[in-house]
Amino acid sequence: MLKAMHKTGLVFFPAFDWAIDPTHPEREERLLYTQDQVTEEGVFDIPGIIEYKPVLATAEDIRRAQFCVPDETSITTESHLISAGGAKVIADAVMGREVKNGFALVRPPGHHSMRVSHGGRGFCHINIEAIMVEYIRTRYKVKRIAIIDTDCHHGDGTDNIFWHDPDVLFISLHQDGRTMFPGTGFPGELGGPNAKGSNLNIPLPPGTSTEGYLYVINNCVLPVLDEFKPDLVINSAGQDNHYTDPLTNMNFCAQGYAQLTTLLKPDIAVLEGGYAIEGALPYVNLGIILGMAGIDYTGVVEPDYNPEKLKQAVSLTDKIKKTTDQINTYWSKRQQMRDAAGPPGEIQVRHKEIF
Amino acid sequence: MIIGLDVGGTHTDAVILSSKGIEKSVKVPTDPADLFNTVLSGFTRLLESIDPGQIERVVISTTLTTNAIVQQTMEPVGIIVSAGPGIDPECFRTGDHYYPVSGSINHRGREKAPVNEMQIKDIGKKLVDAGVQYLGVVSKFCVRNPSHEIFIKRILNRHFKQIFLGHHVSGNLNFPRRIATTHLNAAVFSLHKSFFEAVKKSLAEKGLTVPIQILKADGGTMSLESSMHFPGQTVLSGPAASIMGAIPYAPAGQDAIVLDIGGTTTDIAFLVDKAPLLEPVGIQRGSYKSLIRSLRTDSKGIGGDSALRVNKGELTIGPDRQGPAMAFGGPLPTPTDAMVVLGLMENGNREKALAGIHTIARELGLSDEGAAEKVFKTCCTIILKKTFEMIDQINSQPVYTVHDFLEGYKLSPQKILVLGGPAPYFAKKIEDLYQIDTLAVPESAVANAVGAALARTTCEVSLNADTEQGIVTAHEEDFAEPISKTFSEDDLMETAYNLLQEKAINSGADPENMDEVEVVEFQKFNIVRNFSPRGKIFRTKMQLKPGLIKGYDKVLH
Repeated sequence: MLKAMHKTGLVFFPAFDWAIDPTHPEREERLLYTQDQVTEEGVFDIPGIIEYKPVLATAEDIRRAQFCVPDETSITTESHLISAGGAKVIADAVMGREVKNGFALVRPPGHHSMRVSHGGRGFCHINIEAIMVEYIRTRYKVKRIAIIDTDCHHGDGTDNIFWHDPDVLFISLHQDGRTMFPGTGFPGELGGPNAKGSNLNIPLPPGTSTEGYLYVINNCVLPVLDEFKPDLVINSAGQDNHYTDPLTNMNFCAQGYAQLTTLLKPDIAVLEGGYAIEGALPYVNLGIILGMAGIDYTGVVEPDYNPEKLKQAVSLTDKIKKTTDQINTYWSKRQQMRDAAGPPGEIQVRHKEIF
Repeated sequence: MIIGLDVGGTHTDAVILSSKGIEKSVKVPTDPADLFNTVLSGFTRLLESIDPGQIERVVISTTLTTNAIVQQTMEPVGIIVSAGPGIDPECFRTGDHYYPVSGSINHRGREKAPVNEMQIKDIGKKLVDAGVQYLGVVSKFCVRNPSHEIFIKRILNRHFKQIFLGHHVSGNLNFPRRIATTHLNAAVFSLHKSFFEAVKKSLAEKGLTVPIQILKADGGTMSLESSMHFPGQTVLSGPAASIMGAIPYAPAGQDAIVLDIGGTTTDIAFLVDKAPLLEPVGIQRGSYKSLIRSLRTDSKGIGGDSALRVNKGELTIGPDRQGPAMAFGGPLPTPTDAMVVLGLMENGNREKALAGIHTIARELGLSDEGAAEKVFKTCCTIILKKTFEMIDQINSQPVYTVHDFLEGYKLSPQKILVLGGPAPYFAKKIEDLYQIDTLAVPESAVANAVGAALARTTCEVSLNADTEQGIVTAHEEDFAEPISKTFSEDDLMETAYNLLQEKAINSGADPENMDEVEVVEFQKFNIVRNFSPRGKIFRTKMQLKPGLIKGYDKVLH
């Protein structure tokens, strides 16, 4: 009989009555087909998969992670608060050991929202992962947390919030900032003077396929995680690396996402972007859920999946290997870089490239 | 006058109701090995000295299907499933004759891979060779596009006695449950058919020729004819009958708890403004999950005959029943014995009850009276604890819109209705303990039969309109019509309403009891591709709510 290998918590909050505006990618319809697929598959009936109801995040929750200008109420709607609250509920379920891991399938997303938020930025108003991380650290006294951002856009908000925090390892894999919003996330962006190397930005060339993506996971992300030894691994699970995504140019697939999840073994995954709502999201989300629950996902393949068409050019493979080597070098030298950053109290000037 | 008959596990109750109230009620023992004669003797005794010509309505609730499932006496059934991408369909295997095949439909109802006719013919041959006469065909997302199921049926139609299709089962999405439900319908079809044809014939011989209605798990009825397509819907109609029997005493405009305290178990259900709460997807019992519409009930293994034991100084009650109470010749002390000892119940052998309770009292270090009191109180506490857990669970059910999140209904019962033999004693005790207005339902011994008699016809339709693809469908009803880009919410509601009326009439509803229509679900989405609107998706579910037929509820007060 079908059974989850370990208990997995899900918050599913598709906010079917909320949109940025009617034709915006971040609109009511976004998780509709995902819900259809997940419901038709009977996922919520699988023993070991437990669905939770989100709560509303409070202003206090937001204030632990961000400054809202002019204030929390002015830049958020209920949907933002439920989205952040959904992540919080999953955190409670995981930390309270009711489940082994959990996935917050919520919208709107949050990873472009910075330490100081003035409202909408890259479809994000408040940073739901950061709010969750600070909630976990306050409530459960967890120290070392790793956030792996696999959204196709640089998770610049989360990067910014934890820039100076050596206890939060933030790794973002994204399409090269020279070709994609928000135009940041280059390898040299490594964190503040005390936290150099605890922010790793891995830009990938347009056209990167499953092979290249998993290469980076296996040869960079996993070894780094091994050394960092986090108490908790969080995945900002954006799904816009998919080969059908209308906003990006990558060639990742549902099987790849499911394998990525199996490799990363996140304690908590939080949905971020992903706008191929019909051809990708239903399969990718299903793949991630099954991956988290330890259920066979080999049958989760997009109907139009053609691996031949998505093959990665050899030149891209070389490029990806070079970037991986470079990031690994930075990581191995993180202590020297922190020592070399200068004495405490000295004014530091940061150079930032934005395309 | 109307008749309700409910076959229970140990006895069968039947009543005749008129506009003045209960005219006659009978109780006969149930013979699980011969339900037909049980039903027949119920009717025979009920109709003694009654003119069958006066009877306008007959509703029957049986344990026929439930027993068939429990005793595994179901017909062997072939199941063909086409799944497409997703979880391995092998996980949902129903038995030996189970065949996953090629073919795939996606969530929008678009064909992604065709059915292979050769493969189907091949499987058909294997099934026929194996002597299988009934077949179920289920494809993933058939509620969006049933063409694969229909095609497969067409290929194999003449080789099988009856073929059941997944999209007829329910408008709800859930492939594994649809497979299980289609299998159940096919597996109990011949049993159900022969049983009710025999009942119908015998009743006709007695001069009772009004159409027979069958009680469903959702507390509504369906005609005998429509039950032939969905015999699985009769499963667990027993608990539903009792709960319906409590409705006349439920407060209007408020929430209420219904407790049906039986010998072995207590069934717990909820009423909102006199309408019972339904399961969101369908019946589930343990690992068995279906798409059968059902009242939301749960049972706790505690009842009047639950075995009492003391384990390491702690009193345990149930979940097993080792026989009747000691007061009635049983082997172990039970809550019923406690009530006899407390002087609440007057029948039964008090000495034997006392002897049983005394052993418990000694181990607990209490007086006999004290132990009996403790048993009684603990029973109430366990039942109520389970009830409150259920309320919490219902109120923490996930919702999917900001509106429902903020405005969603919270169940907060202000009244408890108690059914079953010891109802009056329990009602008083529960009221004392919890300070909640509690009522023992009058005539509670036959409330189940009354509930069956008074239950009105229920049904539900699910519609999906997609203006991009230009179609409105209710595949469960074999309904599909082209629509224009301007198809609106109002058009959808009108279409749904008409379909619901039609379905209700076909299921045997009488027009005067068809006004309790409820929109269970409504969703509207813009379809946008490449930043420009392409159309709209509308979805709705509309139901005829479970409740009581008109003209009788007042007389019962």
